[in-house]
Amino acid sequence: MTVPTDLDRRFRDAADREGLVDVAYDLADSPVGELLVAVTDRGLCRIAYRPDDAIDELAGDFGARVLRVPRRVDVVRRELDEYFDGRRREFDLTLDLTPVADFHRLALHELARVPYGQVTTYGALATQVGKPHAARAIGGAMNRNPIPIVLPCHRVVGANGKLVGYAGGLERKELLLRLEGALL
Amino acid sequence: MMEATVTIPPFERFYAEHRDEVYGLLARRLGRQRAEDAFQETFLRALRAYPSLRHGEYLRAWVLTIARNVAVDAFRRERPTAELEEQAELPRRPAYAELEHLTDVLPPTERAAVVLRYAYDMPYAAIGAALGSSEDAARQAASAGVRRLRREETT
Repeated sequence: MTVPTDLDRRFRDAADREGLVDVAYDLADSPVGELLVAVTDRGLCRIAYRPDDAIDELAGDFGARVLRVPRRVDVVRRELDEYFDGRRREFDLTLDLTPVADFHRLALHELARVPYGQVTTYGALATQVGKPHAARAIGGAMNRNPIPIVLPCHRVVGANGKLVGYAGGLERKELLLRLEGALL
Repeated sequence: MMEATVTIPPFERFYAEHRDEVYGLLARRLGRQRAEDAFQETFLRALRAYPSLRHGEYLRAWVLTIARNVAVDAFRRERPTAELEEQAELPRRPAYAELEHLTDVLPPTERAAVVLRYAYDMPYAAIGAALGSSEDAARQAASAGVRRLRREETT
């Protein structure tokens, strides 16, 4: 017997209200495909291009009580919509990076300062975090960026200007950069 | 790696897999109207107990046990003196199907505590959460149940 939609929603809201949810998420449509968007009590913790895998990873990182609670990600969804509409250049969101290793977190903090519509290189970011020879490690940090788009790893390219790589696939990287007017 | 040993599925998957069956069970026992509150209560209890689960086996039987207990509570609230008809809605697994059968004689809470403890190997904290009571109450209910079963056996 199928659970009525309304009852299903009420359970999800009640679970969230009672503070029983480690991670709340929802799926959001976007020009770069369906995204999983997830938040904890601390803030936005995940944007994922592969929702199914992300649900398991979230359980490992934050606790097994991962539940889809659409209204919890409304703010993030709105900012993403504005970004994809070209009406937003910076995100105004609190982030939860607790599972991220120290060096990677440092790299992501530097990354967050790369402005809309501009690109930088792995080497330049390495220099900024004080490890000029760690371009490869920076690449690893970008590859495992838990919050792509908001933390703009699509703005990091190779020294020769080539797009090089993107965990979500190069088409997405190119699309994001075009959207921002960084590619002609 | 630590993650590889975690066998408890993300709650969303567990919920999506079992919600329809739980709703069906509650609707049959309580009617659709009252099943709604009981449904919510069942999964809230499951969610409270979820972090203390030690493994992800028998989750179906586990949540159906919680649902049956919630249904019993709802029934009691409405008709405190009514006899409870216990329908056989046993999980199709011999080990605890048998234990459920052997515990037929117990009052519902003791029965649930004994089954959760000895058939599903759940810690008392999780049982307390599943029964909507405390860890201590769960321990007491389980041991009262075991004592009662011993008495039944010797008479």
